[in-house]
Amino acid sequence: MSLRTLPLVFINLGGEMLYILDQRLQALNTSEDNSEKVMTDIVGAMFSKDFMDELLKPQQLYSHRTLKTVLTRLAHTSIMRLSQASMDKLYELMVMAFKYQVFLCPRPKDLLLVTYNHIDTIREFVQHTPVVVNQVDETHRKVIEVYSSLPEGEFQLLRQTLLIFLQDLHVRVSLFLKNKVQNPNGRFALLSSGPVPPGIDVPGLIRMFDRKGREVRRGEFPTGGSYTSPIREGCFELHGDRVIRLGMNIYSRNHPEETYISKPPSVKQKDDAPNLLAKEELNLLARLMGSMKAEDMAETETGFRINLFMTDGEEGGTGTSGGAEQSSFEVINIQAIQDEQAATQLARIAGQFTEGDKLPESLSTNKGADLLALMDDL
Amino acid sequence: MYRKEKSIQIKNSASALYNNLGVLRIAPRRLTCFTAVHANVVNMVSASWDGLNYSHRQLQSKEPNVATSTSLIMQAAFCALPSRDLLVVTSQKGIQMYESDGSTMVYWHALDTPETNTGQGMFARGISAVCESFICVGVSTGAILVFDVPSKGSNITLADVIEGHKESITDMASECCGGEVCVADLVSADDGGNLCVWKAGEEFSLLNHIPGFDISCSSVKLWKGTAVAGYGTGQIRLYEAVTGILHAEVNAHARWIYSLDVAPFSGLLLSAAEDSLVRVWLLSMSPESHSVEIGHLHNECVTDTQICGAKFCDSDGYAFAVTGYDLSEIIRYTQS
Repeated sequence: MSLRTLPLVFINLGGEMLYILDQRLQALNTSEDNSEKVMTDIVGAMFSKDFMDELLKPQQLYSHRTLKTVLTRLAHTSIMRLSQASMDKLYELMVMAFKYQVFLCPRPKDLLLVTYNHIDTIREFVQHTPVVVNQVDETHRKVIEVYSSLPEGEFQLLRQTLLIFLQDLHVRVSLFLKNKVQNPNGRFALLSSGPVPPGIDVPGLIRMFDRKGREVRRGEFPTGGSYTSPIREGCFELHGDRVIRLGMNIYSRNHPEETYISKPPSVKQKDDAPNLLAKEELNLLARLMGSMKAEDMAETETGFRINLFMTDGEEGGTGTSGGAEQSSFEVINIQAIQDEQAATQLARIAGQFTEGDKLPESLSTNKGADLLALMDDL
Repeated sequence: MYRKEKSIQIKNSASALYNNLGVLRIAPRRLTCFTAVHANVVNMVSASWDGLNYSHRQLQSKEPNVATSTSLIMQAAFCALPSRDLLVVTSQKGIQMYESDGSTMVYWHALDTPETNTGQGMFARGISAVCESFICVGVSTGAILVFDVPSKGSNITLADVIEGHKESITDMASECCGGEVCVADLVSADDGGNLCVWKAGEEFSLLNHIPGFDISCSSVKLWKGTAVAGYGTGQIRLYEAVTGILHAEVNAHARWIYSLDVAPFSGLLLSAAEDSLVRVWLLSMSPESHSVEIGHLHNECVTDTQICGAKFCDSDGYAFAVTGYDLSEIIRYTQS
């Protein structure tokens, strides 16, 4: 499968995370200073050269567990502290938004436009800090360089890899339900109407040719849909009109209650990657953590705690079947305490890597086993 | 023309992969086997014709002696040879062949790891039985592996590696036409939309190369010497395989086509795409012009589903089955 998924995954998931954080920070009346500092710190870490260089290396996509750990760490490079419950819900929301974007992407290469929509908005968040804007621009340039020349078939493979990663997730997001882009069963709505993507012909025509290549007959067939001609193609450069709206910030600052989620009934969740995978994943984690700007977590000035989703107890509208409702959506099997330990342990390892040096190929078996134990559900 | 029947539940949902549905009709035992790939697992279900018995089985992708990353399966397909039926499973690590009930693995071929670290990992995709005793499997480098299969036992050998493509193989199809000269036995398709037409034998020979337009051909079938190809643009094209002459072009779907199938006895054609539609067409050979014609018969919409597999359940096209991304069922339709 594709080995080029990670950069797009991080930028898009990270972008969704920033959209939601931004909206919640505003809704909770956080001070301008704090808000801006949080956003700038996270964007600075996410778009740091080292971190992006690690992501851009061809490698496979690992489990939700790894991604969530790294994204949590990214969030914590700021002065904000998220509760475990908040992070869990935040991740579910991010992932469902990303799934919606990947699923509905008109053409596989439009995934880039979705990514650029995220980057464009992220640039706005940090516009007052030129250093970070530069980092974002640099990353954007690198992404353009790596991905612009990929053939469409490879993009589809990339998209298929992402779809496998996002498979079986049907968490209902109230904003999506309200806008009717998601059905009550958790599935996204697919319309058989509207403009066809650029480069595709409107269905309905059959043409027949003779042996010399001349068209001898044409006919039409009923398509069962109402498609129209394509609209213009979006811009794939550093700046420009992306045209498609997937990946833009859908979280209105005026309606913060619209981001609650509810789990669908009886969804069987396949267990995530087996332990066999863990060693390679831990290597990746170590590399990513090591390349992140490691703010000293222990003594930050005035870190502030935030509970993103105030409705922690009351999960909103549908399905309040209390005890009967198992956590059917197992994104990650880490207990809160172990997560902190894992993060600290990894941060310590991260501290051992000096910038630019070659990271050790693999952790020694013992250390690997310790981390593994920390990350496992006991 | 068709009505929906009772769906068959499968243990996991189907993944978004081309041609993600395998069907094998076993008349003597009055049952039909279906396979659908989910990440690194093949879900198999055998359904008895009376609709009373369903038995399930799951096959995992294997990489013996190599305890590293999970290996995603790209495709699982039944290969019906005159002497035996096999189930072939292709993944990132290699090619596995099982007895058609999935009970025993009879052959394993590991893929070489590539020297250069490209953006795509190595994988095998595109499976077809060819003539009496060959099974051909495509590889992401564009090569096609030709395996020689004895009438029983596990002494399967790699007989040949044929090169005709520079891009990843997406799908392959064959048609056995007896020993006539210059009749195509196998057609292969790649991510650039190129088609190669082959004659099988001790050595496979390339009869024709039909260039593409930089758009993947995700699914290809061979019927009466016609290569029927489905593309990422939603188009279906009918080419006379040996000459490359384009006989028909259909703007069939609004999104990427994922699966085509032909019912050989009737000439019915099935096309399925990400636009949630399955369409049924009729292919016919026009006696005057000796060329193939296509007409539209029927549409089925699988609401809110990007379809990834569609196949007829029998050679007449009396019934067909469909799988979709994130769908944990195999939907069936029969002629009404």
